[in-house]
Amino acid sequence: MTDDRIARFEERRAALAKLSDEELRERFWKLTNEVVAPILDLAKGHTSPSIERAVLLRMGIDSVTTQGVVQRISDAGLLGKGAGHVVLKLSQKSGKDLRGAAQAILDDASVLQGLFGAA
Amino acid sequence: MTKPTPPNQKLDVEKILEGLEGYHPPRKGWTWRDVPQGGVDMGPFHFRDMSKPLERSIGLPASKYFDNIDPQPSCVVTTEIASGRFEDDLRRMRMAAWHGADHIMVIRTTGQSHIDGLLEGTPEGIGGVPITRKQIRASRKACDEIEKEVGRPINFHSYVSGVAGPEVAVLFAEEGINGAHQDPQYNVLYRNVNMYRSFVDAAEAKKVMAGARIFQIDGAHNANATAKAGWLVMPELMVQHGINCAFSVGVGMEKDLIGLSTVPPNSPPAPKLWYDLPYAVALRDFFSDYRMRAQQNTRYIEADIEEAVRTHTVDTLISMLTRADIQSTITPDEGRNVPWHYNNIRGVQTVKQTWAALDGIKELVELKNDGPLGEMVRDLKERAVAFLEEVLEVGGYFAAVEKGFFVDSAKYPERSGDGIARDGKGGVGAGSLVPRDADYLAPVCDHFGTNHLPASAAKACDPIGGCTLCDPSKIVFIDELDPEDNCHRRLEKTLPYRKGTAIKPEAEWAGDGTVLVQLFVPENEDIAPVYAVEMAKKMGLVDPEVINVMVLHPAEGCFVEVKGKVAFDVDRSTLKIPEKETILPEQELRDAVKKVGLKVVAGTVGEDEHSVGLREILDIKHGGIEKYGVKYHYLGTSVPVGKLVDAAVETGAHAILISTIISHNDVHRAQMKKLAELCREKGIRDRVVLVAGGTQVNREMAKETGLDATFGRGTKGIHVVNAMVKTLRARGAA
Repeated sequence: MTDDRIARFEERRAALAKLSDEELRERFWKLTNEVVAPILDLAKGHTSPSIERAVLLRMGIDSVTTQGVVQRISDAGLLGKGAGHVVLKLSQKSGKDLRGAAQAILDDASVLQGLFGAA
Repeated sequence: MTKPTPPNQKLDVEKILEGLEGYHPPRKGWTWRDVPQGGVDMGPFHFRDMSKPLERSIGLPASKYFDNIDPQPSCVVTTEIASGRFEDDLRRMRMAAWHGADHIMVIRTTGQSHIDGLLEGTPEGIGGVPITRKQIRASRKACDEIEKEVGRPINFHSYVSGVAGPEVAVLFAEEGINGAHQDPQYNVLYRNVNMYRSFVDAAEAKKVMAGARIFQIDGAHNANATAKAGWLVMPELMVQHGINCAFSVGVGMEKDLIGLSTVPPNSPPAPKLWYDLPYAVALRDFFSDYRMRAQQNTRYIEADIEEAVRTHTVDTLISMLTRADIQSTITPDEGRNVPWHYNNIRGVQTVKQTWAALDGIKELVELKNDGPLGEMVRDLKERAVAFLEEVLEVGGYFAAVEKGFFVDSAKYPERSGDGIARDGKGGVGAGSLVPRDADYLAPVCDHFGTNHLPASAAKACDPIGGCTLCDPSKIVFIDELDPEDNCHRRLEKTLPYRKGTAIKPEAEWAGDGTVLVQLFVPENEDIAPVYAVEMAKKMGLVDPEVINVMVLHPAEGCFVEVKGKVAFDVDRSTLKIPEKETILPEQELRDAVKKVGLKVVAGTVGEDEHSVGLREILDIKHGGIEKYGVKYHYLGTSVPVGKLVDAAVETGAHAILISTIISHNDVHRAQMKKLAELCREKGIRDRVVLVAGGTQVNREMAKETGLDATFGRGTKGIHVVNAMVKTLRARGAA
């Protein structure tokens, strides 16, 4: 296996030797961008508890509250909607401000039921 | 706090902590140094690669010989300060800034990267500081204060890594943090954070950082510090740098705000330059669009401070031969303890001294590319590209990590099989990613990725009427969560040392009492450290610990450094502080000497054959009084006092200078008194200035002996000239 890898390397090397310094540099960046492209796509389409807490922070909700709220939203299977989305929607529905809506989720997670229609 | 703290006043830490709940940074984003295009003129010199000088600073020790100039390198200079108690670090930041640091990096407390969320308050840290809103707001506020003193912006920096990266990034953006480490690969390889989670979180964190113009530093250099042979992992390092750069640009960061954290990986006794120089050149060729944050080597730094400083000097040389936008410094004691105050300053001085010495080196020498250097550079580049080809061939980045491609200590394509392999299904935060639904929404600015904002929203945060990044008044400040573990409790305990009159030495924290004793022990390396601890105990030091042993010879003995704590306080009010003598400017002294035609007679009095001390005061070669235009008549050693007085009368001298070394039976005092008496008897006391000096003489003796000035150890010619001119002026004779 290792011998194969080394042999493969020698082949690659022979091919790379034909490139000018500038072409080698271009190839480095072309390949690097190929490596990261699928990771960027993964990031665009996914979220995480930390990302959602970071959204709530920017909505003016304190760090202690964001912990509990994101946990409850996650437990309710609604993290894919966006925690900020959930809090905003509850705020609009309940007439509470954003902090009030976040607190309401913390107090009683059942306020999340039916927020986005039948779950 | 509109005016800077005066230089003669300590930073008021309690005042910094006042009113934090309403404090917002006056400035956000990274700042480079102001580098005049045509160079900088300082004192008698023209510098080619320096930035605008500071308004207040402390130069290198030798600067007193060069009009006290303090040339400041063109690059930003970093120091890392994190003792575990940020309130004590603030004073160290001030000291570091006065020596030329403008990038202050705070290491996080052990384990913070695994905490899934933000910390609040100001708990004490271990090996670093718990990064919290209160801690960074207070630190940033202190930096705002300090930068007014030195007249240059200070960049404050910490880490956006671990499983709470996006939240930390938001915190930093809100609080005006200027720089941060962010590299998802670091989390994966060294913190075992789940690889998918790490990259998805990193995209959000980077987007937030880009919005706040926070300068980013990657984590690739950790491979140097981790791999068994740090100098062999270079092709891989280029790949790691590349991945973080390309990923960051893909998220939306500007290249100008992306830095590569790069360390010259090798260290003497290895032939360092043959490894580090080709690597530095190859990296800067491939990454010419990006910024270089040159770090100094830590891999081979252990207990010996001087060894560290020498290696770091060569590291700085490599920066200067290639390119460094930021030159980081490593405190030379990092290998043996959490850095001490004065070692931060030493680190900064290493860069400042090297940079001044080698200023403009690239105008004098150039790298020889058509030889082994060029071949080695090309070799590294080809290996890096081949590494990337293999990554793609095995299925991409995540597959390569699973197969242990990274931090293998062999030189690619060789493998030692000791690479850090991670399981995609494992690690901290595994399984925590959630796909975004078709109606996913995040109504805030600087959010990365799919976001179904209402068509009516001109700005992402319009649906909520503004986010904290646009309206800082929405930020929620949490003060303390723990009534005991907080900075206020700690500050109460250290109050006598900061604002009272109690004095204790200090290495990290106010009142810690830490001292270092350096000694040579004429015993072997088994005995010497045991002896040193015993000695320290008998000196009264608490918790003595040997932190360095250097064998000078297997049998003849060792150099040993032992640290310990002083258990007692000394009250400042009990100290007799000698009044400070102000020295007139040199030119003023020369002019006065010339005007008077100042001449003196001098000799060593009594039965005393010492002549060295007095010759140093007299001779131009030693910077003696002759240098300032004083004419002298030297009568030699063992001169009777009467002979000196007669000579003064004969030559019309303005002053008599005597040296007296021998002090048994107070013979030195007797000679000094005799000089004054004889001059009175001869009726010339008002005409001559009488000066005495010697190792057992001090400034207070003038009064009791009836002389005009008396001097002890460390006296220079200028002090004597200054005293003569001042005395003559007081008499209206100059």
